[in-house]
Amino acid sequence: MTSLPSLPTPKKLGLVIDLDVCVGCHACVISCKEWNTGGYGAALSDQDPYGADVSGTFLNRIHSFEVLPEGAEKIGETGDARIVHFPKSCLHCEDAPCVTVCPTGASYKRSDDGIVLVDEDMCIGCGLCAWACPYGAREMDLAAGVMKKCTLCVDRIYNETIAEIDRVPSCVRTCPANARHYGDLADPQSHVSKMVAARDGFDLMPEQGTKPVNKYLPPRARTALAESAIPLAENSAGASGFFAWLDGMLERI
Amino acid sequence: MHPALSIIVFTTLSGMGYGLAALLGLGLFDPAALATKIGYVLALALIAGGLVSSTLHLGNPQRAWRALSQWRTSWLSREGVLAILAFIPLTICAYAAIFHDRHLILPGLAAAGLGLVTVYCTAMIYGSLKTVQLWSQRLTPVTYLLFALASGATLGTLLAVSGAAQPWLIAFLAVSFTVAAWLAKRRWRNDGKALAPLSTPETATGLGSIGRVRLFERPHINDNYLTREMGFQVARKHADKLFGIAILLGGLIPAALVVVAALAAGAMGPGLTAFLAAFLAVLSHYAGVFVERWLFFAEARHAVMNYYGR
Ligand code: SF4
Ligand code: SF4
Repeated sequence: MTSLPSLPTPKKLGLVIDLDVCVGCHACVISCKEWNTGGYGAALSDQDPYGADVSGTFLNRIHSFEVLPEGAEKIGETGDARIVHFPKSCLHCEDAPCVTVCPTGASYKRSDDGIVLVDEDMCIGCGLCAWACPYGAREMDLAAGVMKKCTLCVDRIYNETIAEIDRVPSCVRTCPANARHYGDLADPQSHVSKMVAARDGFDLMPEQGTKPVNKYLPPRARTALAESAIPLAENSAGASGFFAWLDGMLERI
Repeated sequence: MHPALSIIVFTTLSGMGYGLAALLGLGLFDPAALATKIGYVLALALIAGGLVSSTLHLGNPQRAWRALSQWRTSWLSREGVLAILAFIPLTICAYAAIFHDRHLILPGLAAAGLGLVTVYCTAMIYGSLKTVQLWSQRLTPVTYLLFALASGATLGTLLAVSGAAQPWLIAFLAVSFTVAAWLAKRRWRNDGKALAPLSTPETATGLGSIGRVRLFERPHINDNYLTREMGFQVARKHADKLFGIAILLGGLIPAALVVVAALAAGAMGPGLTAFLAAFLAVLSHYAGVFVERWLFFAEARHAVMNYYGR
C-alpha cells in the first residue's frame, strides 16, 4: 500500500551521521554493498565491472564537499575552506514522496518502525520513485529491473541468529571512525536523539517537505589555521618557571 | 532529466489520440463518413501505441498490471486506470460508427471526458514532483491538455478535409488550440526559468551556515543511475534554438497549413491539395510537439543534482 501510515510511527528507526567525524574512507559503502548484495532482494549488480565504464547499484554513497566561507572566492582568501565528507543513503522520510508515487504498491513505509522498503516482487521498475526522492537514495538495478534502496539492514537489526553487537546496519557496524549511529529517533531518551539534541542535528533539504528521520550532525567550529600555527622560536613571551629562568639566563649571556 | 524516447513517444502519441478522441466523442464528425471510421481506428491505435511504448522503459513490464492498484495515491496508477476506462466508451463509439454509421452521445461524451482526464493524470505524474521545480508548476497540466487538443484537432483537420466534417470548423479548433498551447507553453517556460531554486547545494548538505558549498569529489568517478537518469544537461543556447524550432514546426507551420487546407477544401471540395496540406500540417505539428516534449525533459533540473555539482 502506498498510502503512508496515518499516524506517526511509534518507532522511527534511522541513522545519525556525524559530519565532523566522517573521514570519507568509503568503508560503509563497501560493507553496505557486500551485505546487501547477498541479503534482501535481488543482488546489487555492476555493469561492465572490469571495463573502463564500470558502474553499479549502491545504496550508500559518499560525496565530498568543499565549503568556502562567506565572501571567499578562492580557497584561503577569507578564513579556511574545509572539506566535508558526506555519506548519503535513504533517510526513511516520514512524508516519503517515493512511496506515494509508486503505482504498484511495491514501495511502502512500515507503520511500526517507519522503515521504507521496496517489495521487489511487485516492483515494475518504472523509476518514478527515484524521480520523487530529492536525495538520490533510490537506484534502479539494471540487471534485475527493480528499484533498490537502503533497507536499514532490516535483515540484521531484527536478526536473532547473529550476535547482538551485529544487530545494527552494516554501515554503522563497519564505520572505523564511528561517524554513523543507529537508533530510534522517536524516543527522546535514545542515544541518537540525545546526540541530535546536543549537537543541533539537522534535516537535509527541509524545504522539500519530506521530514527525514535520519539526521546529520554539523562539523564542529574549527580554529582557523593561522591561529593554531606553532609559535615562532623567537617568541618566548609565554615562558614560565624553569623556562623563564633559562630564558632570562640565556638573554644575559 | 533524461529525455527517454519511449516516454516522449508515449506522451505525444497518446496525447494526439486522446485529443482526436475528444473531438470524435463530441460528435463533430459525420459517423457515416469513411474518414470518421478511419479516425476512430487512428485514435484507438495512437492511444494503444502510446501505452505499449510507455511499458518499454519498465524494468519488469510483465508485471505492469500491478500499476493499476494504487490509484489512491499515485498519479501514474490513476493514469493507467483511466486509460483503460477511457478505452471502453471509445471502443463502443468506434463500433457504432464503423458498423452502424451512428454517433452515440453518452458514450461519446464519456470517451471525450475520460480521455482528457487521462491526459491530466499523465501531466500530473510530472506536475506532482516537487523535486523537479520546472514541472511542478500549475501550468504543466494545462500545457499537456492544450497540446493534446491541438494535436487531435490538427489530425482531425486531415479527416475533415477528407470528408468527415466541416473543414473550417475543425481547422478553426486546430488553430485556436495550437495558439493557446504555445502561449501557455511559453509562459510556462519563462515562469519556470525565473523561479529561484527551491533547493541548493547549501540546503542539500545543510552546510550553508558554514559557507558556500561546492562539490569536491563525487562518489564514484563514472556516471551512475542517478546522473544518467537525472543529470541530463542541454546547453541553454541550444535549448533556446530548439524551442524556436519547436514553435515553428509545431505552431506556425501547421497553423498556416491547416488554414490552407480548409480554404482549399472550401474552394474545391475534398481533394488532393487540401489533403496534402493537412497531411503536412500533421507531420510538422508532430515534429514540433516532439521537440517540445524532448525539451520538457532535457531542460528540467532535478533537486538531487545539488549533490552532484550539476
Ligand atoms: S530518502 Fe528518498 S527514498 Fe528514502 S524515504 Fe526519503 S524520499 Fe524515499
Ligand atoms: S520503480 Fe518500483 S518501487 Fe519505484 S515507483 Fe516504480 S513500481 Fe514503485
